[in-house]
Amino acid sequence: MENNTNNEVVDLLKQIDANTWEVPIDHKSGMRVPGRIFVSDRLIPSLDRETIDQVANVATLPGIQKYSMAMPDAHLGYGFPIGGVAAFDEEDGVISPGGVGFDINCGVRLVRTNLGCQDVQPRMTELLDNLFHEIPSGVGSKSRIRAPDSDLDDVFINGAQWAVEAGYGVQADLDHCESGGFIEGADPAQVSIKARKRGRPQFGTLGSGNHFIEVQCVDKIYDRDVASAYGLEEGQVTVMIHCGSRGAGHQICTDHLRVLSQAVKKYGIDLPDKQLACAPARSREAQDYFKAMLCAANYAWMNRQVITHWTREVFESAFGGDMDDLGMDLVYDVTHNVAKLEEHVIDGKKKDVYVHRKGATRAFPPGHREVPLAYRDVGQPVLIPGSMGTPSYILHGTEAAMDISFGSACHGAGRVMSRGHAKHEFHGETIKEVLASQGITVKAAHPSVIAEEAPGVYKPSGDVVNVVHDLGIAMKVARMVPLGVVKG
Amino acid sequence: MRYRADTISNKERILQTMPPQENNTGREGYEYLPHTADAKFRAYGITIEKAFENAARAMFNVMIDTQPISNKVSERIEITSADLDGLLVDWLSELLYLFEVDTVVFADFSISSLHIGKDECSLSATAYGEPIDLARHRFDTEIKAVTYNGLTIEESSEGWGVQVVVDI
Repeated sequence: MENNTNNEVVDLLKQIDANTWEVPIDHKSGMRVPGRIFVSDRLIPSLDRETIDQVANVATLPGIQKYSMAMPDAHLGYGFPIGGVAAFDEEDGVISPGGVGFDINCGVRLVRTNLGCQDVQPRMTELLDNLFHEIPSGVGSKSRIRAPDSDLDDVFINGAQWAVEAGYGVQADLDHCESGGFIEGADPAQVSIKARKRGRPQFGTLGSGNHFIEVQCVDKIYDRDVASAYGLEEGQVTVMIHCGSRGAGHQICTDHLRVLSQAVKKYGIDLPDKQLACAPARSREAQDYFKAMLCAANYAWMNRQVITHWTREVFESAFGGDMDDLGMDLVYDVTHNVAKLEEHVIDGKKKDVYVHRKGATRAFPPGHREVPLAYRDVGQPVLIPGSMGTPSYILHGTEAAMDISFGSACHGAGRVMSRGHAKHEFHGETIKEVLASQGITVKAAHPSVIAEEAPGVYKPSGDVVNVVHDLGIAMKVARMVPLGVVKG
Repeated sequence: MRYRADTISNKERILQTMPPQENNTGREGYEYLPHTADAKFRAYGITIEKAFENAARAMFNVMIDTQPISNKVSERIEITSADLDGLLVDWLSELLYLFEVDTVVFADFSISSLHIGKDECSLSATAYGEPIDLARHRFDTEIKAVTYNGLTIEESSEGWGVQVVVDI
């Protein structure tokens, strides 16, 4: 369903406060906890019935804690809704690939520069052509890196650290990356030959769909102190990179979903949607998936790191000097498709839980040991990309997020229109011209890719961000408007 | 709407390539259904083999106009799965895998045998297509994977119908 207007939807929900709506525990039989959807009155019309049903489906899984949640950018997914957050008890709960998705560790990173927007804008076409040339993107594109199998194992275990050691970046990149650029516990023995074959030729490739490299201008600062801690100021150019684990991640999820769809029968778990296939967290099947998923997560951090390196090279050759002269430090890198073992306080007690974030961003508060030292006083940077025509935001995590949403916030603008409908509604060349008239240059393999990702297929990014800001689960720090976009 | 198209770009290609046809033996073809983020389709066949073949056609047609794709190369495919749902997902997943690692775009499929057993299902097939040539082949968004979400396989008086959602 698309664009429905929503008395029907509102009638199914119970409003808790301005931005919190409950999916009652009797919405669907088998729900173990209620659902919580974080949306404003402005966003309710874009919420559809099937998304609510998916929130309810997740609530039926064993060991779920507190609520099955959906962020304000929530929309219809497969298994979990996109924008879904759920935590499962480490002992009695489950791990589900449906709560992570096929694009394991799809995520976003933000690179700052010392360049002013007015210096970069006139050279945007040249810059985008060079980025497009240097960073393989789109279907069928292959990397310049030919990695031997031993390097692939190293990447699965060490992620972005492999890239930095191989010369694609600096130590500070790892310090400013969620989980330091890799999660410990990955086991390449759980990765199939097929996934290896897909992963080997794709180091540093963007992929397609909603993945992009965007040159941006910081046009608004909401919190000067935090922005300063993040190295951001008005009028400055930033670069945002959005992509994931490519074929390796897709294959790892496919392979383990095959095993887990059978494990469901073995463990007698009753599922409302087969895509929610899962197994008890401590079972061999769940742990094998988890260790393979970490391989894909680490691969994705390598991927974004290599792309960052090539992006820096393009800027260095365009503007002269090296990355230090250009101030091209990594501000932060977040994953928004992942499951992680984290400690949270539930009913007053510390508990280990597997937090699944599928289209949701971690938003840890000031003082948390997982927040890089440089940002520990102000909280973790939370990166929220907009669409091609709408701003992106950087926010910071808060203590309230730990209480309300297992330390999570939204991940983007959130789709409201299907790709087929978008191609019917929008014409790629026309959108390119309209965006150009707004000062935004777009470079893509061909126009229909632009039509599929037209700004009109997304919720307004500002509306989504305002909900998490008003809830206090992530607070606005700065806004970046697009100057140029390379689409996969 | 500021961005509204003045021409319809790809809709006809996507939705009308192989509309289901009724004939005196049953129903053949595929159709796309609305889905906010991904692609959802139903494929039909007089036999289950034909329905699975049409599902593969529908899947590749999401990424590229398969009409002009020739049968230059072929690949043999053998799949064994625990159940029929698994067989459909594994069949389509295998094709996506071969598409990526062998860089071949497939447009025609022939399932020579399909066995439905109590503890195991299997099929033997040949997929036909041509090597990917980015100078000639214009791809839309790539399909990431085949999901179990909303997966159905049904037999009716008109033959077989399957429904699949693929992740984009």
